[in-house]
Amino acid sequence: MTAITVMFVLFIGGMVAWLSERLNKDWPRWVSIGTCVLAGLIIAPLYINTPEIHSSLGGTPSVWIEIVEYDWIPRFGITLLFALDGLSLIMISLTVFLGFVAVISSWNEISERSGFFQFNLLWTLVGVVGVFTSLDLFLFFFFWEVMLIPMYFLIAIWGHENKAYASMKFFLFTQVSGLLMLISILALVLTNAHASGVVTFSYFDLLGHELPTDFSYWIMWGFFIAFVVKLPAFPFHPWLPDAHTQAPTAASVLLAGILLKTGAYGLIRFTVPLFPEAAAEIANFAMTLGAISIVYGALLAFAQTDFKRLVAYSSVSHMGFVLVGVYAWNEIALQGAVMQMIAHGFSTAALFMMAGALQHRLHTRDMREMGGLWQDMPRMGAIAMFFIVASLGMPGLGNFVGEFLVLLGAFQVNITVTVIAALGLITGAIYSLIAMQRVFQGEAKPDRQLTDFGAREMVAMIPMMIGLIWLGVYPQTIFDLVDPALSSLHALTTQSPDQWIGSLR
Amino acid sequence: MTSVDLLLLSPIITLSIVILVVMMVIAFARNLALTCGLSALGLLLTLASIVWVNTNMAAGNVTPLIIVDYYGLAFSGLVVSGSFFICLISYSYSAQRGEKQDEFFLLLLLATLGGLVLAHSAHFATFVLGLELLGISIYALISYPSRGLFSLEAALKYLILSGVSSAIILFGIALLYAVLGTMSFTEMATNHYQESGLDRLFILVGCGMILGGLSFKLSLAPFHMWTPDVYEGAPAPVTAFLATVSKGAIFAVLMRFFIMVDSYQYETIINGLFWLSLISIIVGNLLALMQNSIKRMLAYSSIAQMGYLMVAFIAASAIGGKQLAIEASAFFLIAYFLTTIGAFGVITIMSSGDADHDTDTLEKYEGMFWQRPLLASFFTAMLLSLAGIPLTAGFIGKFYIIAAGVGSELWTLLIAVVVGSGIGLFYYLRVIFTMTKQSTMTEIAVPITGGWALAAVTLSLLVLGVYPTPVIEWVSQMAHSIL
Repeated sequence: MTAITVMFVLFIGGMVAWLSERLNKDWPRWVSIGTCVLAGLIIAPLYINTPEIHSSLGGTPSVWIEIVEYDWIPRFGITLLFALDGLSLIMISLTVFLGFVAVISSWNEISERSGFFQFNLLWTLVGVVGVFTSLDLFLFFFFWEVMLIPMYFLIAIWGHENKAYASMKFFLFTQVSGLLMLISILALVLTNAHASGVVTFSYFDLLGHELPTDFSYWIMWGFFIAFVVKLPAFPFHPWLPDAHTQAPTAASVLLAGILLKTGAYGLIRFTVPLFPEAAAEIANFAMTLGAISIVYGALLAFAQTDFKRLVAYSSVSHMGFVLVGVYAWNEIALQGAVMQMIAHGFSTAALFMMAGALQHRLHTRDMREMGGLWQDMPRMGAIAMFFIVASLGMPGLGNFVGEFLVLLGAFQVNITVTVIAALGLITGAIYSLIAMQRVFQGEAKPDRQLTDFGAREMVAMIPMMIGLIWLGVYPQTIFDLVDPALSSLHALTTQSPDQWIGSLR
Repeated sequence: MTSVDLLLLSPIITLSIVILVVMMVIAFARNLALTCGLSALGLLLTLASIVWVNTNMAAGNVTPLIIVDYYGLAFSGLVVSGSFFICLISYSYSAQRGEKQDEFFLLLLLATLGGLVLAHSAHFATFVLGLELLGISIYALISYPSRGLFSLEAALKYLILSGVSSAIILFGIALLYAVLGTMSFTEMATNHYQESGLDRLFILVGCGMILGGLSFKLSLAPFHMWTPDVYEGAPAPVTAFLATVSKGAIFAVLMRFFIMVDSYQYETIINGLFWLSLISIIVGNLLALMQNSIKRMLAYSSIAQMGYLMVAFIAASAIGGKQLAIEASAFFLIAYFLTTIGAFGVITIMSSGDADHDTDTLEKYEGMFWQRPLLASFFTAMLLSLAGIPLTAGFIGKFYIIAAGVGSELWTLLIAVVVGSGIGLFYYLRVIFTMTKQSTMTEIAVPITGGWALAAVTLSLLVLGVYPTPVIEWVSQMAHSIL
């Protein structure tokens, strides 16, 4: 029930925030903050008394912390099937937390129609939580599309100078690739129905389907493309730099922090387990795409003068590691991929917030007009330094653990790709440090009156800094949580279906 | 004719009586509110009688001409509900356009009667009767408020082209009759003819001509030339009628004809349908891209929507695909009805200020979100539904179309649907984006009847998008009953 309750709270919170604008212009953001905190409080008990979860398939108790199922459209065997395992739990926690950060980052930025803004922000979270928890393929697709609409409005209404173009591009890319996935879902379900006589969209029933290999190979592409567009990996990334750059700060935080992760989550949860053979067949191709994304993203990031665009391209580079890790498909690489998802969520969200704060103060994102800001705003400089070294993969911080584990896992599978991917650590250091130099170091301009980060910003930044240090120093917390889920997903693809069929729930 | 027959015919009889009553009332007292209220009430009564017949009577033929079954009743229910909403929406629109607007509603009812006859026809005689009753009423409706040359041009265009297409249909019917010696759908299916030679050719050409003529009325490319001009020229409520009720009724009879006569067995016909669908999707979406008039944009988009509908229609040709395909087309049509009536309803309300031209240029919608948030939200819901985005009925409709296509393995058409939807998003989002711009838009008053009707349409759209189960059960029973 937790998943449904969280979504319900966010859903209602969105409406209340919208309506509260009529009473007072300041209320929507407070309603939003309250909603996120409430959602967090609902999730928290699951960490404190987690039911004992097990990694061995077929053994009880299962990996699922909770499963709920209600009838929805019986004609097609579509149900409201929500389930939480360690992976989903950590992802929805990240979602709600970054929602909180997004509200704070937009505290003073949004003055026009703040009610509708907060409404869209919270409804985006509803969609994302739905994506991370639904295990009925129709329901999953439903949320997959639902989360686009409020995000579109966030970019289209409150975006920067080129918002029409950026929001349209964002919507087109994700929607068209989503339709390909819909065709794949339907092809999978209907072929399965021909074979078994039961029409069902349930993940548990579709796992271990027996489709002809070449057919499932084609179906797999629909899923793969939809998720890789979202991730995004080269060559499906062109929507990302525009959308991130033009979006208001809060939307960039959500986009980079969690919307990209839905792509990675989809690959881990659906593409590989549903089509293990087809996925193994394209593993090398997908890892190569990942490696290209790493290097290509880094090169383009290096060439940017727009601070936000730089961070956006760095996301392409970092998410490349996730793609490599997922398709290496061993437990170390998967752990690395998940770790990278969380750490990147924190570091990129913080950097986008930084970009937003700079733009708010300087009215430009152009790094050539910055420089020497450390003198003006020492607190901001120090925090930026922290997140920049985090994002370049400094040992001791979360991103390093993620990237290192991915490389370690990938090395066992494909050495060439691993070597290329490892270049990303070097190129990452180059563009990150250059950005740091251009923005915060160098000669300070004398006539600037700039306010440093205040208590409000620190409330968002400090938890993320603690989080990254924690992830870097004691990553075991995360591994304990996601390991049962990951190893059971891994077992699904390595053991023959007879060993686990019927014991999934 | 027995009393059972009369009871079976009660929807058609009810509507005919309503038409007579409305005519008499207009003759004695010209009062727009009264006429509109009576028409709306009459349509509700007709709907009630449809429901009554459906629950209490067994399906049956009334004379060889008319068949009253679940399928026909379902489509007449759709047609009548569509007219009901259009009737409500057009009240204030007509009221602002001078006196002598009463016959508008009379024509609307007559056209609806034509649609009802079409939905129940099992014979070419009733088929043509319904088609012409519908068509002729529409010619008059298009130019009814006589707002100068613009709508007159549209009416004339529709009159001439529609007349030609009717003639083609008649020729096709004659060819079929020449071979089969009957005009009843059931007998056509059983009468034998020589599989080879001229007979088969006659059948193919006859079916092809009927299909071509009906494609014109459904505005499928390449028979779509009239659509944008007529949509633009006609008053917004009439455009809504033309786009929904008229097309829905014609689709109902086309589908019934194909299923009862089993025209799906001819590969040539299926190939023709394939191209109709493919070209409609591509042409409709591409031409909609650069339109500055929302009515023209919706005209082209309706061509594309009809193309999607044809995907389901073709899916019925596959073995074992009929059930899903009929369901899919019925559900898609319901969603399309709601969406299109809603969209033109918004245009109708926006146009209440200007008596000469409908307000349909894109610039006039700038800033609508902030000046008229509710109306803009309705319009957004409609556009998202047309684009097939979740939470709206259009999403389930598109899901159904793709399911039917996948079930019958129509991969080429499915790719066209995906590409078409991608292009479609562009022009739908453009309108939504325009509405979110900052501007100083003048206030317009939302009329009460139209406003509530639109709210009801939007609500049904959302309910159908979130909890479609009852309607899905209903259409699947309907599809089951005709097979």
